[in-house]
Amino acid sequence: MRKPLLICRRELRAMCGGPLAYVLGAIFLLLTGYFFYSDLALFVLVGGANPTRGLWRFVFLDYRLVALLVVPLLTMRLFAEERKLGTLELLWTYPVRDRDVLAGKFLAALVVYLAMVASTAVGPCILYLLHPFAAGPLLAGYFGMALLGVAFVACGIAASTVTENQVVSAMLTYGVLVFSWFATWNEAAIGERIAPFLLQLSLFDHFYGFAQGVIDSRDVVYLLAFAALFLFLALRALGARAWQGV
Amino acid sequence: MIEARHLTKRFGGRTAIEDVSLRVAPGEVVGFLGPNGAGKTTTIRILAGVFPPSEGQGLVDGHDVVHAPLEARRRLGYAPERPALYQEMTVIGLLEFAAAMKDAARPRAAVGVAIEQAGLAEVRSRQIGTLSKGFRQRIGLALALVGDPPVLLLDEPTAGLDPEQNAETRRLIRQLGTAHAVLVSSHALAEVEAMCDRVVILHRGRVLSAEPPARLAARLRPSSRVDVEAAAPAEALATALAAVPGVRRVDLISQSNGHARCRVEVEPGHDARAALAARVTASGWGLLTLAPVETSLEESFLALVGAEDDR
Repeated sequence: MRKPLLICRRELRAMCGGPLAYVLGAIFLLLTGYFFYSDLALFVLVGGANPTRGLWRFVFLDYRLVALLVVPLLTMRLFAEERKLGTLELLWTYPVRDRDVLAGKFLAALVVYLAMVASTAVGPCILYLLHPFAAGPLLAGYFGMALLGVAFVACGIAASTVTENQVVSAMLTYGVLVFSWFATWNEAAIGERIAPFLLQLSLFDHFYGFAQGVIDSRDVVYLLAFAALFLFLALRALGARAWQGV
Repeated sequence: MIEARHLTKRFGGRTAIEDVSLRVAPGEVVGFLGPNGAGKTTTIRILAGVFPPSEGQGLVDGHDVVHAPLEARRRLGYAPERPALYQEMTVIGLLEFAAAMKDAARPRAAVGVAIEQAGLAEVRSRQIGTLSKGFRQRIGLALALVGDPPVLLLDEPTAGLDPEQNAETRRLIRQLGTAHAVLVSSHALAEVEAMCDRVVILHRGRVLSAEPPARLAARLRPSSRVDVEAAAPAEALATALAAVPGVRRVDLISQSNGHARCRVEVEPGHDARAALAARVTASGWGLLTLAPVETSLEESFLALVGAEDDR
């Protein structure tokens, strides 16, 4: 457990040493802050009585978009940059397993993401002080955001292992994540037979429950399985040096 | 102890190295020579645990690099050809990270020693991205040295250094060679000659020869040559020199206002310099220059590689 933490700490320091994490954090807070404000304004305007259906649902579906925008940029450099600098090669000669390197980097990106998500709680906290509400659905939504982050980061880190170009890495992540969202966008286009099947596989459909304050074990399992799949692919991509070279 | 046993590595259909075997004992510096693309880096990467061989076995201090990778890697220090450095870290920060990653017993002390050895004391707190190429090369070396592993794999450690830093690095490697098993690759033969006990020559993925540099040089240099310049008529000088015992042939290189310069080729192992000098003075000419001509190892190396290609 020591090696992943060492990698994670180095990674966090590297992120804090450069502007990217701050820019991403600022944009994340700006967008989530704006969405929270506008969703709240709408909720007040239509005079809703049920904050779960009328407010949190919209807030989390909007936050989801911001996470989609920011996470690929957060994960793009994790392996791509090391591959480009050649530091990955050196890392491979240290007494550390690939999975520990992967775990450390995954943890680092997740920590930054969770810090961003956690800081959006300021708005709901102020609202709670002014107008107390049932906190359960809100917490379920944040739990969903955390799980969504796990899935997004896993996907992003896998994309980062296959290239030394950070833009390619980010674009691959966008491609996979956006496709898994839009795949079920138009149910008419995909036909009645495949639609239910595709809906089961759609990443974002598995987030609706959380947004509405419901924690469904199927959704939890799905998001974790999605993350596990991409972490597995990332490990395979790192192992490809055996036949591909460095 | 470094041991490569019949290493073969294929990438797809391309064979990078084939049946490469070598051994480096503790207290020995072995030079790994070959033109670019010969497979030096591939061999070193296999031994460093970057990727496994397709066939054969690599051992670091007796630990198989494939089957006991962590044990093997704990015992080695690797400096890749292009120093791999996190630009945003400080020198000491990076070395501390490396020491911890390599399970160094006392990381702090290990970092101090590596900084001292690689001559990085003055830049220890500087950010790596701001340092010159020479310093980066030395940080690469320090990364290999940190934790004092018994086995060192250095891939072209002097590439990109100025002559002074180059000499310093050679000295350091020589000194490290007294206690470590060091495999150092290079394509500059003079450098290898200066710091290695033995040379392994790799060409197109195969080992061509493995012997001490002096013997290699002796074998590759079929004869020795001496330049003789005298205040004498050219023809007469050439004739006189050709009559000296042990001289194979004499070529006139230049002549001007009563001076002549000849290149004399002497039988191998025969030092004819005294006899040549005596002959010149006995003829009543003034001896101006008597200088042995070094065959560069580059020439010899090309001859060896050429002979292999012709086969």
